Amino acid sequence: MNYLLSIFIDFFANFGIPKEVVYIIFPIIPFCIVAAALILVVLVLVLVERKILALFTQRKGPNRVGFCGILQTVADAVKLLCKENIEPNVTDRILFSLAPIIAFVPVMVCWGIIPFSSEFDFISISVSSLLFAVIAVIPVIGVILAGYSSNNKYSLIGSVRSAVQVISYELPIMFVILSVSILASSLNIKDIILSQTSMYQVCGWYIFPCFLGFVILFVSSLAELNRCPFDLPEAESELVAGYNTEYSGMRFALFFLGEYAMLFVSSAFITALFFGGFLSPFGFYISEKIFNNNVLAQIGIYFEQAFWFFIKSFLIVFLIMWVRAVLPRLKSSDLLKFSWRILLPLSILNFIYICLFKYIVMIGGLK
Amino acid sequence: MTNLFKTMEINVGPQHPSTHGVLRLILELDGEIIKSCKPVVGYLHRGIEKMAENRSYLQYLPIVDRIDYLGGFFNSYAYCDCIEHLAEIDVPDKAKYIRVLCMELNRIASHLLWLGTFMLDLGASSPLFYCFRDRERILHIFEALTGQRMMYNYFTFGGVRFDIPSDIIDKISVFIEDMPECINDYENIITDNPIFVSRCKSKGILTKKNALQYSITGPNLRASGVNLDFRKSNPYLVYDRLNFDVSSDISGDAFSRYKVRIFELHSSLKIVEQCISFIKNSSDEFLNKSVKPVMLNIDNAEYTSSVESPRGLMSCTVMAGGKNPYRVKWRTGSYYAVQVLPELLINAELADLMAIFGSLDVILPEVDK
Repeated sequence: MNYLLSIFIDFFANFGIPKEVVYIIFPIIPFCIVAAALILVVLVLVLVERKILALFTQRKGPNRVGFCGILQTVADAVKLLCKENIEPNVTDRILFSLAPIIAFVPVMVCWGIIPFSSEFDFISISVSSLLFAVIAVIPVIGVILAGYSSNNKYSLIGSVRSAVQVISYELPIMFVILSVSILASSLNIKDIILSQTSMYQVCGWYIFPCFLGFVILFVSSLAELNRCPFDLPEAESELVAGYNTEYSGMRFALFFLGEYAMLFVSSAFITALFFGGFLSPFGFYISEKIFNNNVLAQIGIYFEQAFWFFIKSFLIVFLIMWVRAVLPRLKSSDLLKFSWRILLPLSILNFIYICLFKYIVMIGGLK
Repeated sequence: MTNLFKTMEINVGPQHPSTHGVLRLILELDGEIIKSCKPVVGYLHRGIEKMAENRSYLQYLPIVDRIDYLGGFFNSYAYCDCIEHLAEIDVPDKAKYIRVLCMELNRIASHLLWLGTFMLDLGASSPLFYCFRDRERILHIFEALTGQRMMYNYFTFGGVRFDIPSDIIDKISVFIEDMPECINDYENIITDNPIFVSRCKSKGILTKKNALQYSITGPNLRASGVNLDFRKSNPYLVYDRLNFDVSSDISGDAFSRYKVRIFELHSSLKIVEQCISFIKNSSDEFLNKSVKPVMLNIDNAEYTSSVESPRGLMSCTVMAGGKNPYRVKWRTGSYYAVQVLPELLINAELADLMAIFGSLDVILPEVDK
């Protein structure tokens, strides 16, 4: 970040703009990048999901709007934006309007925490992995408010289920984050990623010592994202659409957007913790070799790192969509049993095992 | 303080994605536990029984296809059989085999649709598409044979309307060759799935006593340990000449109902195979051409004919009254399955509702008629 900042300061100094002004303006630029990238990713993701589900069920998927249907999501988005904002008669109006915003905004913040390359971490604090875990829960408050304020029994049941789900899956997530940060001796996501560098390239990734942790985090993320098989809060066959039954138009679009954005952000988080984040799986970057110019090479490396990050994250997203194509939905009581009886003890075991592992590695002076 | 222990009344349907039509269930919920359930039927009542009374026998024939739209052949067979008995019409052997062939293919199509929607109710979307893919092949065969995908109007008094062309027979034999593998695919994705098993095992247990008391029939009854299949117990058409097995299970839960239906897919395929080999070598007529269906005039008499439809015993009672039926009464399996629903749902969870209701395979037009 500092490197980028200094480039910007130099750049604006050419036009006679003082350093202090650049300091103030600077955060706006990353914010715009973050927001634009997020919207773009969501548009791609919705289409990708429909295409992947179509592949799994031997269909074509959307194929009318644009070439091979690539504009389908754009068309859907425009339709949602143009739709009337229907609001039921007896709702808590303030909360009803607030809920989609609460469900969407934290996702943006989470997105900012993830470092896409060694310089693009827009919110850089020392405990960023914990910050991520904490902020990632806030959308659930939006869901609960939505269910409470819509004055609909289906919505209420959906939002209560969501609350139950979050309580039971936060603990395993925290234990996994802690065990990874013990491996990396840091709570900062960027440091965690950088500590996965190894002379044996891929072998340095934490998926290898901590595979159990990856499985636990993956399953818990599914639950936190309300994705199949844990899509109880919006189980359409039982609760019509769960918490967003009463929502339409732009407000519904916000929920939808938030959900898919969170899907990608969570995958990015899993990538950062277990798959070396932005690190190239081959241990070198092409830009290093082809650009003689130092600045160009540096910028090329950033883009390559972002490329690897997106590729890895999309693979995780693919995994999540695969699960959706295959599995039926769990029941909420089964979900609680699974979480408290299996996942939580396993995550504690994993934590203990990682502590021992780290101790042995430190004594043996390996790595 | 009393408010804390109040139960919530929730209205599932008549417009609900998984009530398979327009069933309305008034549920009393305590948290997610169902305390009581009251089904409300009649949203799809079309007066099909009454319609018969001011139509001639032939004019009523296209209407009966609409009683159970997923098993149109069963309805028309039950009605045709009644009229054939009352008017003493002989049916050629080949026509009987064609009827069995159509009905068994229809049973497969109906069970496939049930399987797909049942899995969709449980939250798995893919099996629906696999099932519809294979059901589509059957519907294509029916369309080529009868001109319709669902409301066939193919059976008529004294046989079937058109002969079965050889290319359709080829199509059917290709289909029955491919189908066992497809069924294996379903079983791989569904039967071994721990989530599916945990949601269906010992959910909605229909005891043998209850099933008999509520006069449940068909796969639902067989899953409860009563091995009653009308194709075996009172063989109609040519079922006594065919070799097939009837499966039954003792546990009576949603999972055993699923297993019974999957087994029925296999046994139906077996029956279709035997029918094809007969039809290929037969030089019989497909229709008793001496019948004049328009002029049909039957003196006061009554006959009841029963069919083993995909949803249990379907029987049609016709009281003839000259040129048109005096009264027609239909007995359909789904009606009884809805009645037993409150019994099964008490103390189940809301999420079990879909597993239990879906496993009963209720078709609402058949309930309301």
